[in-house]
Amino acid sequence: MTTTMIFAGSGGQGIQFSGKQIAKSGMYAGYQVTFLPSYGPEMRGGTSNCTVVISDEEIGSPSVVSPDIAVVMNKPSFEKFAPRVQAGGKLFLDSTLIDLTTDREDISVIPVPATTLAEENGLNGFSNVILMGKIIKETGLFKYEDFVEYLVASIPPAKAALIEKNTKALELGYNYTV
Amino acid sequence: MAKKVLMKGNEAIAEAAISVGCIHFFGYPITPQTEVAEYLAKRLPKVGGLCLQAESEVAAINMTLGAAAAGTRVMTSSSSPGISLKSEGISYIAGSDLPCLIVNVQRGGPGLGGIQPSQADYYQATRGVGHGDLRLIVLAPSSVQEMASLTAQALDLADIYRMPAMLLADGALGQMMEPVDFSAFPKRDVPEKTWATVGHNNARPHNIVNSLYIDPQVLEDSVKARYQRYAEVEKNEVQYEEFMTDDADIVLVAFGITARICKSAVTAARAAGIKAGLLRPITLWPFPKDAISAAADHAKALMSVEMSMGQMVDDVRLAVNGKKPVYFYGRTGGMIPSVEEVTKEICSLANAL
Repeated sequence: MTTTMIFAGSGGQGIQFSGKQIAKSGMYAGYQVTFLPSYGPEMRGGTSNCTVVISDEEIGSPSVVSPDIAVVMNKPSFEKFAPRVQAGGKLFLDSTLIDLTTDREDISVIPVPATTLAEENGLNGFSNVILMGKIIKETGLFKYEDFVEYLVASIPPAKAALIEKNTKALELGYNYTV
Repeated sequence: MAKKVLMKGNEAIAEAAISVGCIHFFGYPITPQTEVAEYLAKRLPKVGGLCLQAESEVAAINMTLGAAAAGTRVMTSSSSPGISLKSEGISYIAGSDLPCLIVNVQRGGPGLGGIQPSQADYYQATRGVGHGDLRLIVLAPSSVQEMASLTAQALDLADIYRMPAMLLADGALGQMMEPVDFSAFPKRDVPEKTWATVGHNNARPHNIVNSLYIDPQVLEDSVKARYQRYAEVEKNEVQYEEFMTDDADIVLVAFGITARICKSAVTAARAAGIKAGLLRPITLWPFPKDAISAAADHAKALMSVEMSMGQMVDDVRLAVNGKKPVYFYGRTGGMIPSVEEVTKEICSLANAL
């Protein structure tokens, strides 16, 4: 079983962090994983994306054209990746920032007003983690408790103050229903 | 779970180098390999080493020459245009019989080209990395784990054969993250560097490191002696991996990141009833010509797949020596071929055979 994912949004939204965290969690859970970031000028703003592959077999290409799952956090990324999601796949989006719709009926579209939820709960800057919560819930890639453990484990001691906000944001996304 | 860490390929090169005692680095930043120097700049001062950002690639390669002459384990790292700048120094290092590691995390070319992954420096690495009769040992990793393990190997091989070794990677391998295990690099016996130009209180005659021989006979003799060592490398150090080649009608030949894509394509082609296989050179020099020649005995055709306009395909044809047709498929300029397009190439070749 191989799951391919693309995370895309604006530089600074934590796109790379989300992808890296999911990849790291896959490694902790005993899967083969690859994480391939876009690199270059996007590091300094503009669009940013990364590709994650999680598999129980050896992974061939780390680069993916049509992912099983796309997570988009701005309009250009929605426009670019909504058409590319595999039939039967899932499209997660921050519906605070993206008011676009797709006419595709062969994929599940999962809108989460992540930016609004973050602002309302004193979690500015954690909208990516809120989305991650929803991804864990909807994909069943990881057990929730395991994922919390992996998330906490990857926060360095110097940033221990961020543990609470991360876990709170994750829980918020995990429990979010329309 | 504890042993593996998720790391960028560039960081894995750096950590592996430190772990086998290569604690001197000279370089100049260039995308997509800058994390090598970034990582070493943080780590080397803590382990008693030196990471120096030179004023240019030309300076960095000549500092590498100097450190190698002093008998230290040393490396430099760059990406395609930067390697071109280093080529004079690399020739001097080869001509001086000095061991070192040169890392090329390739990007698209020619010229300033682009910053996305490429394999179009194959000719440069295996043919024309500097003037004169010379060879580099060229290793081509295809995973982040191999970015680490082949870095360690390259440093050993350079020391054993007293010659420069190159790790030929690409931007995708440099930037991507995968789990890496640093616990088990096989160690080789490495000879003592009795030729190093270090202080000795006049206890022995001076050692001289030099690549200038005015007398042509002396120069010819020195080149011939070096080529005897090259022959040893060709005899002893060829490495490759075979995947489903035993009964394959179509054998793909691919290295680095492209080999992974080809592996997935071979699996897809097999699922469609086509007997495909993959031969992946791990050493590009010495090239696994005997293995490719053997594959050509039972396959109906071979296809070299590369991120270039077709460079390694020349070596595949030389190895096959006309026994079977050799085809080529490639993307260039920073484009990575997709599994789907390579699978399609295999299918249309199968139909044509």
